This record gives sequence, C-alpha cells and structure tokens, in this order.
Amino acid sequence: MAEVIDLKKDAVQNRAAGPWREGWRSFKKSKISLIGAGIVLFFIVLAVYGPNIAPQGVNEQDFTKRLLAPSGQHWFGTDDFGRDIFSRVVHGARISLWVGLFSVILSAIVGSVLGIVAGYYGKWIDTIISRLFDIMLAFPSILLAIAVVAVLGPSLQNALIAIAIINVPNFGRLIRSKVLSVKEEEYIVAAKAIGMRDIRILFSHILPNSMTPIIVQGTLAIATAIIEAAALGFLGLGAQAPAPEWGKMLADARIYLLKAPWTMIFPGLAIMLTVLGFNLMGDGLRDALDPKMKS
Amino acid sequence: MTKVLLRVEGLKKYFPINKGVFNKQVGNVKAVDNVSFDVFEGETLGIVGESGCGKSTAGRLLMRLLEPTEGNIEFAGKKISELSNKEMRKARRDIQMIFQDPYASLNPRHTVGKILEEPLIVHGMGNSAERKKKVLELLQIVGLNEYHIKRYPHQFSGGQRQRIGIARALMTNPRLIIADEPVSALDVSIQAQVLNLMQKLQRELKLTYIFISHDLGVVRHISNRVGVMYLGKLVELTASEDLYAEPLHPYTQALLSSVPVPDPAFEREQLIISGDIPSASNPPSGCSFHTRCPFKKEECSTVIPKMQEVKPGHYVACHLYDEMQH
Repeated sequence: MAEVIDLKKDAVQNRAAGPWREGWRSFKKSKISLIGAGIVLFFIVLAVYGPNIAPQGVNEQDFTKRLLAPSGQHWFGTDDFGRDIFSRVVHGARISLWVGLFSVILSAIVGSVLGIVAGYYGKWIDTIISRLFDIMLAFPSILLAIAVVAVLGPSLQNALIAIAIINVPNFGRLIRSKVLSVKEEEYIVAAKAIGMRDIRILFSHILPNSMTPIIVQGTLAIATAIIEAAALGFLGLGAQAPAPEWGKMLADARIYLLKAPWTMIFPGLAIMLTVLGFNLMGDGLRDALDPKMKS
Repeated sequence: MTKVLLRVEGLKKYFPINKGVFNKQVGNVKAVDNVSFDVFEGETLGIVGESGCGKSTAGRLLMRLLEPTEGNIEFAGKKISELSNKEMRKARRDIQMIFQDPYASLNPRHTVGKILEEPLIVHGMGNSAERKKKVLELLQIVGLNEYHIKRYPHQFSGGQRQRIGIARALMTNPRLIIADEPVSALDVSIQAQVLNLMQKLQRELKLTYIFISHDLGVVRHISNRVGVMYLGKLVELTASEDLYAEPLHPYTQALLSSVPVPDPAFEREQLIISGDIPSASNPPSGCSFHTRCPFKKEECSTVIPKMQEVKPGHYVACHLYDEMQH
C-alpha cells in the first residue's frame, strides 16, 4: 500500500508544472471566463461547421416569404429577399471570426516585431517607432480604418488589413513596455554572460517572457476587431453584398427596423455575444496569466 | 609564483548624467574609478565594499556586460577590453558569472534542463546526447537530482536555485568565475552549503574565483586575497589573513570593527566613522575617504593617494603610509 502511495506522489512531483499549465489551472477556477470561453468555442464551431448547421443556403431567396417573423421553420425569421436569417447569421460567424482572428494575428506580429526592436535596442530606433505609434494613435481608430479602406477600396479583405493596421500601435506599445522591463531582468544579463547572440536572447528569452500581455491583449482585440469589421460592413466599406456579414446585415435591415425588427436583432445579438465571449475570456486570461495586471 | 590569470589596469566606468531638454551631459557617476589588480590562477580574490561602491559594476565590466570607459582587462594573455563583440561572446566561455539573486537570474519559462543545456548550444559544444550527459553530470556535482531536469525554477528553493546558477556557470568549463554576491540572498545555513560547494568545486575543477560581497565574514571564509573598495576605488588589497589581522586603511579598519562578534563579553576599540558615503557623481577631491576619515591630514583633501605596496603583497591607497615608502 505504502508503495502505491509513494509512486503516486512521485508522479505528481515529476509532472512538469510549466507556466502555461499553471495559467490554465487558475483560468479554470473562474466561472465567468469559462462561460466566455464556452461562447467563443460555440461560435468557432458555428464558423467551422456553418454550412452543415444552416438549414438553408446563404443566398437562397424566396420572394414569397419576405420579412417573415421568427417561427418554427425560420427560427430567426426572414429578410427582405426572403433569405433565412438564421442561416445567414450562422454563415456570418465564419466571416467575423476570420476577420477578427487574422487582423489580430497580423497586427500582433507586426506590432510585436516593432515593439521588441524599439524596446530592446532603444535610442533613435525607439524614438522613431514610438513616435510612429503616437501618430497612429492620434487618429480615432475607426476614422483611420475608414481612411485606409478608402485608399485600398472597399472589400472584406481590405477591411481586415485596415483593422490590422489600426491595432498595430496597441500591440507595439504593449510589448515595448514589457520588453523594457524584461530586458533588465537578471536572467537576460545571465544570457549575455553566457555568450548568447542578441537574436537568441530576443526570441528565446525576451519574447516568451513578454507573451502573456500579447495573448491577453490579442483576445480582447479580437472582440474590438469584430466590432470594427461590423462597423465597416455597416458603412458599406467592409464586406460587400450579398456576403452574410453581420454588420452589413444590420445596415441592410435598418429600413425595416419597425416593420421587421428580427432582421436587425439577430445579427446584432450575434455580434454582441461573440464580443462578450472574447471579452470575458480575455479578462479571465489576464487574471490567470498575469496576476500583476489585476486591478 | 603562480600565474596571473586576469590583469586589470586602470579600469574606469563613468555613467553620464544627462539633464534638461537637450539631454546635455552635466556630469558623471564615477562607478568604477581607476581600479587595478591581478588575479592569480587558482585563487579566490574577494572584493568587499558597501553597497554602491562599484563592486558589482566592476564585476560586470570584467565580463564586458558593461563597456568600460577606460582601462585594460587582460585575461590569460588576451586583451579582453579590445575584443570585438563577436570575439567577446566566444571568450565568455572561459569566464562565467554567478549572480546575486537566484530568483531573478533563471529564466522562469525554461526548465532546468534547458537552462543548463543552453550555454553548450550557444558555444556549439557536443551533440545532443553529449550535452544531456553533461547536464546530468553537473546536476549531480552541484547536489541536485536527475529528475530535477524537467522542473521549472519556481519549483526550487533559493539554495537549490543558486546551485542551478552555479551549474550553469560551470557548463562551459570556464577558468574564471565571477561570483557577484552569490550568497547574500540566501539564509545563513544555506549560505554555508553554497560556499562549501563553491570551495569544493574550486579544488576539483581548479577554478579561479572573483568573489564580490559586502559580507566581510563570508569573504574571509572563502578568499585568499581581499580587495576593499570605497566609492569606485580600490583602497586596500592584500592577503586575507593580513587584512583581517592588520588592516591598514582607515576605511578597512572601520569596516572590520563593525563586524559583530558573537561574544557578549568582548570589548574592543571601535573605530566609528561618521557621515554617509558621498555621492559618486560628486566625489570628494583628493582621497575620496577624507570626508569621513578620523586620521585626515592636510594633503588628503587635495592629493589622490596612490596604491602602494607597504608590505610585501599588501597594497594600500592612503597618505598615512606615504613616509614608509621613503
């Protein structure tokens, strides 16, 4: 009996308790963040299996069934072309998540590289990059996005690029300040003392230790990116008809606001839920991964 | 006579103080000011001084983690102070460092195995299997177990972490180890363990240590020779027994009389110095200790005392001993 217990104890001791595993353990403890993660997971499933879940095609029109109220057959009702809103909302998940995720990945990569270079090398490089960020942040972000789309031309892809660009300074500043503190840590001095090259120090030591704010900020930024994509879609600068983009659906529905409010409510609800999910998850991640950031 | 492994001549590090809108340089912090000494192969040279006296800066200058403002550093016949960055990186294989804070000097996201293996990878030593073998070997040498290899630094106690730090410093088979306050962050009982480990390693691996500390007791225990620093300058340098038996510089005398003796009946003449350590950005003229020195003479405030060999192997920078030279 004693032997069994010893073995078990040994196994527990030998399990590598890495920083990520510890983070997950404390993430699990918060119900709210699990709910957020659940919502996000739900929309990811919708995005991946959308075409299999949706009862109708995205652009299947039936003019005999225009602006029908929600019913057993059309859960979310139909729009002015007689398209099933439920099917369109389900398909829209793919567009919104895709824009949110990729614009954030893009801006996180560009922002991180600029931020690391600025933070690690300092001096005039830092001055140039930081002032560039300041200039970009001086514009209201949606206005900057509109300007970028105006230059590139309205399309979903250009909206994605615009959103990525306006988010770059947020990531850049965040990682720059993190690098500034991490590079003074003694283990970085130790890495230099060992004889490491700058590039190895940057990517093997400084970057992994600066990752947590990026992951947290990234999750929260997906939420804002989804809103921004919807806003651009609403203004007609993002996804073009007949794509089932939620913001675009809102814009198309606004003339029927009083007559057929379900045309607006359900895409709006979808936007709200995804954004809420990412925000809750982001807050949970922040508490779990970076306890010092807790207010 | 034993061989000189490291020779330091006229080492200086001034940090500029910039002020105002245009970042004009208004002065210097003289962190290390004209320090010279030799380190012999196989010995332990202790460097003591109050906090802020420049001893840690001196340690970092020797590894060129900071660029010296002036001065020569010669290691095993090679002028380290003139190497290019690339050559310096390679030279670091022979000079390693043990850090003060065992909680801060290990990357929290790397396992012990990775921390120890990295120096070998960086210097291209051995293949994967050989590296693994060496890691296990060193873990054992410093008194840790094989299964510790997969653990992260936060799962260890301070003493164990410092052992990891020591193992990391030994990975590349260095000849000189600069230990920057290696035990000051540890409990007294653990301090002894780590010091004994360092001494054992020195005997077995024929290491040379530069041991930087503010703890006179610890330095006495481990050092063959001791250098005393005050305000960026080396004021006294001699064999450990000499320094503790017969300190010459008034500052050293004051330092030693402040060491507590575990005997309530013990009474001694205490040399108490008054005042604070002056600012290194505006050091006193002449001898930098003259503002606090009980034996101050006229010339002390004007002439900077030179390091002179008062007795064989006993160097001191103080005007009180000027006559003995002549």
